Amino acid sequence: MLRRPATSTQITHLQRLWLYILCGIVLLYLIVPTLLVIPMSFSGSRFLSFPPETWSLRWYKAYFSSAEWRAATWVSLQAAVCTTIVATITGTLAAYGLHCSRLRITKLLSVLLVLPMIIPVILIAVGVFMLFAPMQLNSSLTGIVLSHSVLAIPLVLITVTAGLRNFDLNQEQVARSLGASRPKAFLTVTLPQIKNSVLSAALLSFVVSLDEVVVALLIAGGDVATIPRRMFLALRDEIDPTIASISTILILLSILLLGLSQFLDRKRSK
Amino acid sequence: MRDAESGFRLNEASLVKQAFAEQLKLLSLSFPALLLVGFIVLAPIAWLSWLSFVDADGFTLANYERLLNPSYGLTLSTTFQLAFLVTAICVLLGYPLAYIAAQLSAGAARIMLLCVLFPFWTSLLVRTYAWLVLLQKRGQINTWLQDWGFTDAPLRLVYNFTGTAIGMVHIMLPFMILPLYAAMKSIDENYMRAAANLGASPTQAFWQIHVPLSLPGLGAGVMVVFVLSLGFYVTPDLLGGGRVMMWSMQIERSLSVYSDWGAASALGVVLLVITLAMLWLFSRLTGVVGAAAGGK
Repeated sequence: MLRRPATSTQITHLQRLWLYILCGIVLLYLIVPTLLVIPMSFSGSRFLSFPPETWSLRWYKAYFSSAEWRAATWVSLQAAVCTTIVATITGTLAAYGLHCSRLRITKLLSVLLVLPMIIPVILIAVGVFMLFAPMQLNSSLTGIVLSHSVLAIPLVLITVTAGLRNFDLNQEQVARSLGASRPKAFLTVTLPQIKNSVLSAALLSFVVSLDEVVVALLIAGGDVATIPRRMFLALRDEIDPTIASISTILILLSILLLGLSQFLDRKRSK
Repeated sequence: MRDAESGFRLNEASLVKQAFAEQLKLLSLSFPALLLVGFIVLAPIAWLSWLSFVDADGFTLANYERLLNPSYGLTLSTTFQLAFLVTAICVLLGYPLAYIAAQLSAGAARIMLLCVLFPFWTSLLVRTYAWLVLLQKRGQINTWLQDWGFTDAPLRLVYNFTGTAIGMVHIMLPFMILPLYAAMKSIDENYMRAAANLGASPTQAFWQIHVPLSLPGLGAGVMVVFVLSLGFYVTPDLLGGGRVMMWSMQIERSLSVYSDWGAASALGVVLLVITLAMLWLFSRLTGVVGAAAGGK
């Protein structure tokens, strides 16, 4: 087996064994550190080790009994849901409009819409802080949702545009020639066919908001502190083991979301 | 006859007008998103740039003159060193992985890519926290290193440059692997076969055929990783423990510690200019600007 050629250049598996070992190590490096947090979160002692010397649900109790962490969870979920709605709708409309319009300016506008992904996020955060200060939007849910939406719009635009490229716009023309208005043709012909792209985009927006630290650090003070903001501040001061339990919950959530996005991808490619 | 002709022209003109109105209507669908991005991102940053050039007396370069202070030079060199190092390690680790993944069967490649996507979808803070716990003085890595006899005393793996680099490579690696994999997947295997057929050794075929063909993916990966690393904030702040000062941290400090808007805005403008310059440079070198903008 090892002496068989691996590629058409006739290199054998044995000759590039080191390559497989390197890949194995890199894969372990990518996933193991994160997964180790899960068993460690069930540790009974204040000092987290693997495997834990004693097992307990102590840090989960600490999380669920803390009013601050519960409030942060609620704020984060609200922000993520609202961001998903705002970013997915505005981003999808923009992707559709820019994809269908034949005016020259569309290219420039697409670049403008992708800028939030390119500009360093600390700069966006400082700008948002400055903009929201006179509008009393700092430390408000509205402020968080608006700024997170802006960060999510580029991802929605890219994902939905990719979906639209695989869709034959003539189908919509047919619907319109048969008497459907443009909105109706979009909703009944186009949208059902790019549905999976739009849902993927929605998932991405949700994750962007749930994971966002830097903007939240500057503008989400007081009652509207999000989970990432609280986690960041807690980690800066001292390593509180409660974070292990929250991390485990977040890891499970991301596995769920990753699975969902893979499912959508598969459906899309069929 | 003349009436018919002018009527025809009138009709044509109104059709052109109608078509243009239709295009405008389509374009207007992007206005809500543009309004959000323009109002929340672009306008404040433009205003910030303006602020960096003015003080009570009008135009000034004082904010930029202050940046000539050696402490800022140190921050800038740390930022670039870290970005270079992280990008280089990502290439060294990511290229082999993408190479093997692109040659595997669909099922095996899928599992490999899931391993790459998993950190991508996991919260940045969770991953930074994991490294914080593992790398600390009494952490797991040090315990293992001592148990296996590699070292007697625990190593300083975190709250310094090393820890920051380990954590950042972990976060940036998927950004390198995904474009590389996409580029390698589209390489026609027949080129390698032809090279072998013409007498190239596996090494020659790899360096002369495979590497040049994978350059667009490599360029895109290097660009994304380098530019993201330049502006990175969260991981260096937590894993660097105050010993690694990145440019973005300097911006935050000058606001939260000194409330110095002049310095913060000048620092911000410099970071923005460097980022855009790097993007421009990379896109000139590799022609991947389309990939970065996601445009048509």
